[in-house]
Amino acid sequence: MSEKVRSDDKKEIASTDALIPTYDFNEFESTLHQNDDKVHVINFWATWCKPCIAELPYFDRINKEYADRDIKVTLVSLDFPNQIESRLIPFIKKKDIKAEVVFLDDPKGNSWIPKVDESWSGAIPATVFYKNGKRKFFERSFTYEELSAELDKFINSTKNKD
Amino acid sequence: MKTLKLLTGLAILLIISAFAVGNMDLLSTGYSVGDEAEDFNLKNVDDKMVSLADYEDAKGFIVVFTCNTCPFAVANEDRIIALDEKYKDQGYPVIAINPNNPDVQAGDSFDLMKERADEKGFTFPYLLDEGQKVYPKYGATKTPHVYILKKENGKNIVKYIGAIDDSARDASEVEDKFVENAVDELLADKEVTVQTTKAIGCSVKV
Repeated sequence: MSEKVRSDDKKEIASTDALIPTYDFNEFESTLHQNDDKVHVINFWATWCKPCIAELPYFDRINKEYADRDIKVTLVSLDFPNQIESRLIPFIKKKDIKAEVVFLDDPKGNSWIPKVDESWSGAIPATVFYKNGKRKFFERSFTYEELSAELDKFINSTKNKD
Repeated sequence: MKTLKLLTGLAILLIISAFAVGNMDLLSTGYSVGDEAEDFNLKNVDDKMVSLADYEDAKGFIVVFTCNTCPFAVANEDRIIALDEKYKDQGYPVIAINPNNPDVQAGDSFDLMKERADEKGFTFPYLLDEGQKVYPKYGATKTPHVYILKKENGKNIVKYIGAIDDSARDASEVEDKFVENAVDELLADKEVTVQTTKAIGCSVKV
């Protein structure tokens, strides 16, 4: 019993150590334009968004299952700034999300939403795939099968180009 | 010869429309600024039906797609009430429409809409888009999502599409009041300068 308590304590410490990087859009923007030959999967979500939290585990699963294919998954939280400690961090812990989570703390959506994609209305969830200069944007939610099919299609299309 | 031309034209049109339908999910549908908005007849939280045509003296409308459950919509409720209070008497009343399907989003049921309207003291109609038929015509994708209409020659013409202001999640950081600016310009018989804006919001639940 005492051992169990101790291991829970350890977990607690580890998670508070892992602070979530916080950016405004200027600081975040380079994440959308890395010329590093990796396939980037960037998902915009929030803990308050039901369809987002339904599909979030699929992005985490992509991160794991495509690990050998030079892929980088970034989960961009659009949570409220006062809910990072109370909601975002507990959610990531509870769901055991391993992919990178960043907090995009920038209320001025009208200035940055078009820079993610001109066609984005601002509704979440929304997802960007890109590799170097090639990109694809989705304003929709996914099942795991849909996500992995779209990603396979994208990866193949970048291969044909190379 | 004429018939041949007509037939060729028709064939091209058919090909184009087939292409357009096939790619429907890639194209954003719904109204653009300058389009005529169709009227609707939806049930209000007071159980009466509401149409734009009921407002004979209005110069236009601030149509807001909103709901009970989206935190960004909730964060804008006071701002929506303030818009109605400021502009109803000047001829631009707020008409709020909940586009969500209550079967998918239980918190947006008609009964809970009544409750919310009562709690917040909504000064404007709060309509249920029963069967989710009106929001796709507008092309609303999220809550909150605003369409400003102006009556011109008996038609309701879309003049603005987008956000209430430049800080959806936090009223204390607002610098640019998009909807107020647009309605003020319309009231002054000017063209709207900023006609479309973007903000984060909850996808419509259907």
